[in-house]
Parts: sequence; structure tokens; C-alpha cells
Amino acid sequence: MSTLALVPLLPLLGFLVNGIVGPRLPKAWVSFIGCALPALSFVLTAQLFFELRDGGEPLTTTLFTWAALPGFTVEAALYFDAVAAVMCGIVTGIGTLIHIYSIGYMHGDRSYARYFAYLNLFLFFMLLLVLGSNLLVMFVGWEGVGLASYLLIGFWFTDPVKTAAGIKAFVVNRVGDAGFLLAAFLLQWHAGTLDFQQINAFFAATPAAPAVMTAIGVLLLIGACGKSAQIPLHVWLPDAMAGPTPVSALIHAATMVTAGVYLLARMNGFFLQAPDALMVVTWVGAATAFFGATMGITQWNLKKVLAYSTMSQIGLMVMACGLGAFSAGLFHLYTHAFFKACLFLAAGAVLHALHGEEDMRNMGALARRLPFTFAVFLVATLALTGLPPFAGFFSKDEILWMAWAAPGGSPLLWAVASAASFMTAFYMFRAVFLTFLGGDRVAPDVARKLHAPSLTMTLVLAVLALDSIAAGWIGLPGSLREWLGTTAPFYAFVEPVTGHAALREGVSHSTEWLLMGVAVLLAVAGITLAWWVYGRAHRSALAQPRGGALRDWVANGYYVDALYERGVVGTLDGVSRTLLTRGIEPALAAISIALPARGAAALARSFARLQNGAVQAYVFYAAVALLVMLGWGVLRG
Amino acid sequence: MNTHALLVGLAAVLFCMGLAGVMIRRNVLAVIMSLEIMLNAVVLSFVTAATQSQTIEGAAMTLFIYVAATCEIALAMALVVLLVRRHGSLDVAAEQELKG
Repeated sequence: MSTLALVPLLPLLGFLVNGIVGPRLPKAWVSFIGCALPALSFVLTAQLFFELRDGGEPLTTTLFTWAALPGFTVEAALYFDAVAAVMCGIVTGIGTLIHIYSIGYMHGDRSYARYFAYLNLFLFFMLLLVLGSNLLVMFVGWEGVGLASYLLIGFWFTDPVKTAAGIKAFVVNRVGDAGFLLAAFLLQWHAGTLDFQQINAFFAATPAAPAVMTAIGVLLLIGACGKSAQIPLHVWLPDAMAGPTPVSALIHAATMVTAGVYLLARMNGFFLQAPDALMVVTWVGAATAFFGATMGITQWNLKKVLAYSTMSQIGLMVMACGLGAFSAGLFHLYTHAFFKACLFLAAGAVLHALHGEEDMRNMGALARRLPFTFAVFLVATLALTGLPPFAGFFSKDEILWMAWAAPGGSPLLWAVASAASFMTAFYMFRAVFLTFLGGDRVAPDVARKLHAPSLTMTLVLAVLALDSIAAGWIGLPGSLREWLGTTAPFYAFVEPVTGHAALREGVSHSTEWLLMGVAVLLAVAGITLAWWVYGRAHRSALAQPRGGALRDWVANGYYVDALYERGVVGTLDGVSRTLLTRGIEPALAAISIALPARGAAALARSFARLQNGAVQAYVFYAAVALLVMLGWGVLRG
Repeated sequence: MNTHALLVGLAAVLFCMGLAGVMIRRNVLAVIMSLEIMLNAVVLSFVTAATQSQTIEGAAMTLFIYVAATCEIALAMALVVLLVRRHGSLDVAAEQELKG
């Protein structure tokens, strides 16, 4: 079997072993199987990556022919090019780290083996999503990660709130999936193929009518919105924080939620021919970046702050894709995976130390008690805030620059994205001040049992914190690159696939330097404001938040949840209750169930009379049957 | 009318008599005897066919049929004993529990 096929299959093996015999194995074995197989996957990915980087051709491995009809052939095939390599490296690398972290985090859980089985299952589907060479294979992974996400959000299924969150995530994702499927149908209809390379080549050569292109593009965007929690399908992500924290880090920060961005980047050849669709993508991303950030400001729950932050950052990535700067979007995806995973895992260490306390109002001054956790959280926060030389600066700056300088960009777009970045700095340092600094608000009985993270957790946090610092150095922005006289290996690696983003006429390097300076200033301003408001806060100030109705509006997610609850769920519920339950269902049941049932019963009764128990009657039936058969034979002769 | 046709006719008559006996007689021993008549009717037709075509297969089949018939009788006798034990009678109609 080829190396490429092994990459997704190893985690599947881990799922099967841990899922079937895991509960009967010793815990150490479960941990070993659960971590070693993803780690092996990562090693294989690294090997393939180096082969590709050193001038290798993109790999294709056909596992089997899935369907072969006249004019419609689908291969179950894997495809490994630069974009897939980046994503695959993130999924297996960070995935492995989070598996290792989970050993410490989940050590006391009753369903330890089930947890690792699900996590491995997730990796399998995620790798299928990333490596699928056509939309159908990707869709299998796409649905599979949805399933794994559902299973892991509702992992502690005895709590109805958590299972409801899992169901919500699944159902909202289905809306996006419908868009994905319709886009796939339209692509098959127009291009006659589902293979990514062929689709991109086809539309580059012969674009369809603009309306068709826009329709396909928007449907793909709907698919991406569902998975990547973009407005208007973002409502599931905050609730998804009900799952164990490593799951939030892996699925709902680093990998699965970025699948939408990956889809957009994968379809770059198509999107470049659909400028109207790209415009929609840009503004959906920008709106999500902005509104996600505003909601992040109002949260008290540490994990929810991070959830909204994830949403907002993915908004930036989607926006970059909309501007045609797929490589910038992917680069932010890559750096974001490190520092957001680091933030979530550090938050997990805090939650673990505080025995499940998630409300930042009951934290404070933890820097003294958890100095290491504070340090890594701070590093990752600085990376997310976008201060040089941390990873987030380079990737976010490139996106902000594109928002200004790309053909689809404008000063307005740049302003929206910069406002989102400013708010990011504000709410992240709000979280830092509330959690780690300021007054001590930890309940005394919790404080007594407080403990530092275990060895595996510490190690993983250290690795991710280092990555949060250094990961950005392989993709410096253009002007910085020229000034330092270096290259950007990341862009050089992916741009053969994604293409190089075009710039508008008349933008210059001096503008780039200026905007970079403004971005840093905005970040510093956000941090200062956070210190001003929360750095000196007392308990009383936290009890009565400012802002009144506006604040309530934002804190409740602009009541989008309530709107869906009443508008969509309420309407469907009403229709089901009245029309379907009272009108259609009884009639349908009478025709389709009661009638055939009565008929079958009557028929059965008449035949039952034949079976009277007298042996000689049976002989008689046999004789009659024999006669009939003989007669039939003679007559047919 | 030649001998062979006569013998085949006799076999058919015997078979029908046996079948009627199986269906009509209430005494289990009579039913089993009727069964034997049916079997022998078949054997008769085999032998007739064998003589007519001057081959050995029909005659050989007779031996097989008698082996099977012997086994069948052994089983049937066991059934008769069980029936008598359970119901104290030889009436086949006594055993009518298997009904729908």
C-alpha cells in the first residue's frame, strides 16, 4: 500500500482498535495506540512533504473505482499537493500533540478509550477531507468530521445541554452540507467531473455563464460557512465548546473549522473565474471577522471568548480567499492553528486546575499560581493579537494588506478587518487580565485543590508556544522580505497551486509599511484599552457590566440564535404540530399502514384455516398440488 | 393391450388406492400400510420400465427404494409407539396440535 494511503488509514486503525477492544485494555495501551498511530501518520506526512518540497510531483493514489457509469466516473482517490501538504501537516502534527495532551487532560475520565477512539476517527475523516482528490471523497470526510464533531461535543452525554449542543452543531452543519452537495451537482452538470484538478482546469479554460459561476460559488460558500462557522451559520460554534477542551482545540479551532477555508483554496481555479462569488466570499468573511470579534468582547466564559475569536479569525481567512489571496488565507490558517490550539490547551489547563470552572469572573490572579500556563497563554495571545515577531503578525498583516491592496479590496474593507484586529487585541487581553492578573476571585475551596498541569500537558503547551512564536517566520510579508533580503518559503511552496494574488494599480511598498505600523499601533491600543478597563477592575465592576441594551444585544449573539429558534425551528415545529401531525399523518397512516395491515391480516386468517393440524389434510393439499403440477406439465406439454 | 401398459396401469391404480388410504383412513397403522402400497406402486412402475427397456437401472432403483422404505418403517413404528403413549389410541386425528 502506498504511503499516502497509510496517512489516513493509520488513525482509522487506531479508531478500530480503541473502539472495539479499548475499554478492556490497560489505559497505557489505549494512550499508546491513540497517540502512536497519529504520530506515525505525521511522520509519513513529513516524509511526503519533503519529497514534494524537493521538487517532487503532486501524488495521486487511486484506492478503487467508486462508481463507473457512462459519463460519470468517480475514483476513490487521494491527492497530495502543496495545499494538501500544508493542511495535512497541520492536521497530523497538531492532532498528534493534542492526543498527547489529552492523556493528561482526560486521565480521570471513565470513557477514556471511547475518547481516543473518537479522536482517531476524527483524524481519519479529516485526512480524507484534506486528501480527497475529488469533491465526493472530500464530502465523505466532510460528513465524517461532522459526525466526529457531534460525537465529541456530546462526549459527556449524560448532560442534556452538551448533547443538545452536539445535535445543534450537526443540524446547522447539514444546512451547509446541502450547499456543498448542490454545488457538487452543478459542477458535475457543467464541468462533467468532480475532480478538483479537472474542475479548476475546466473553468480556467471555459468559464460557464456568470450566473452559473456565481451560483456555484455561493453554494460552495454556504458549504464553507456551515463547516467554518461563518455568518449566518455560525451559531453552532460557541455551543460546541461543551466538548472536552482538547476537542475544542483540535476540531473547533485548529482543523475542522478551517475546512471551509481549505475548500475555497482547493477550488481556487474555479473561484478566480467567478468574481461575483468572490465578492460575496470577501464580505461574508469580513462580516464574520467583525461581528465575531464584537461578540468575543462580551463573553464571560473563557472558552467562548476563544470560540468567537476562532470564528473571527476564520472570517479573516475567508476574506483573504475572497480577495484571491488564497496563499495568505492558508498561511493564516497555518499560524492560527498553532496559537489557537495553544490558547485552547492553556485554557484547558486552567479549567483543569480549577476543576471545570469556565467563568472568568471566578478566576483572576492565576499568573501567580499557574506561572507556566500564564506564560504560554500570553505568548499565544500576543501571537493572536498580531504583534511582531509572533506568528500571527505576519499572517494577519498579509491579509490586512490584501484587504487594502488586492483588486477586490478597498480602504473600507481594510478598516473593517483592522477594527476586528483591534477588538481581537482588546478581548484577548481582557481575557488575560480577567483570568491571570487582577484581583483573586477564585472560590476558596477550588483554590485549595488547584494544581499545575501534568507532564504531557506541559510538554505540548511548550511546543505549541514555541510554534506560536516561530511559525510565522517562514512567510514574511513582501516589503519586510525585501528589506531583510530573505525569502518566504511558505508562499514559494503553495503559490504554484494557489497562484499569486494580484495587486491593484498604484499601491506601493510605503503604503504597506504604513499599514503595518497602523496594525501594530491598533494592537497596542487594544491591549492598553483592555488594561484600562479590566486591568484595574474590582469584583463590583464585573458584577455590573456597562453598555446596557447594546451590550445585551451583542452578548446574546445579536439574537441570531433566538431568531433561528423562533423563525426556523418554531415554524417547522408549528407546521409539524398542526398540518403534519393532525392533517397529513393520520390520512397517510390510514392509507399506507392501516389498510395494507388489515388486508394482510384478513388474508392470513383465510390461510390459517387451511393449517388445521390434521396430518391427512396436509397430505391432501400435497396431492392436490402434485396434481396441479402434473396437469400443468401435461397441458404445457 | 400389452403387458407393460397393463402393469403401468396397475401401478397407477395401486398408487391412487394408497393415496386415498393415506388421506382417508383414521387408523395410523392403516395409514402406514397405505404408504407402503404407494411405495410399491412406484417400485412396480420402475420394474416395468426396466423390463421394457431391458436395462438394469430400474431394477437397481428398486433395491434403493426398499432400503429407504425399511428406514421409513422403523421411524414410523417409533412414531406409532409415541402416538399410542401420548393419546392411548391409534387415531391419527388425535394428534391435531400443530394448527395455525
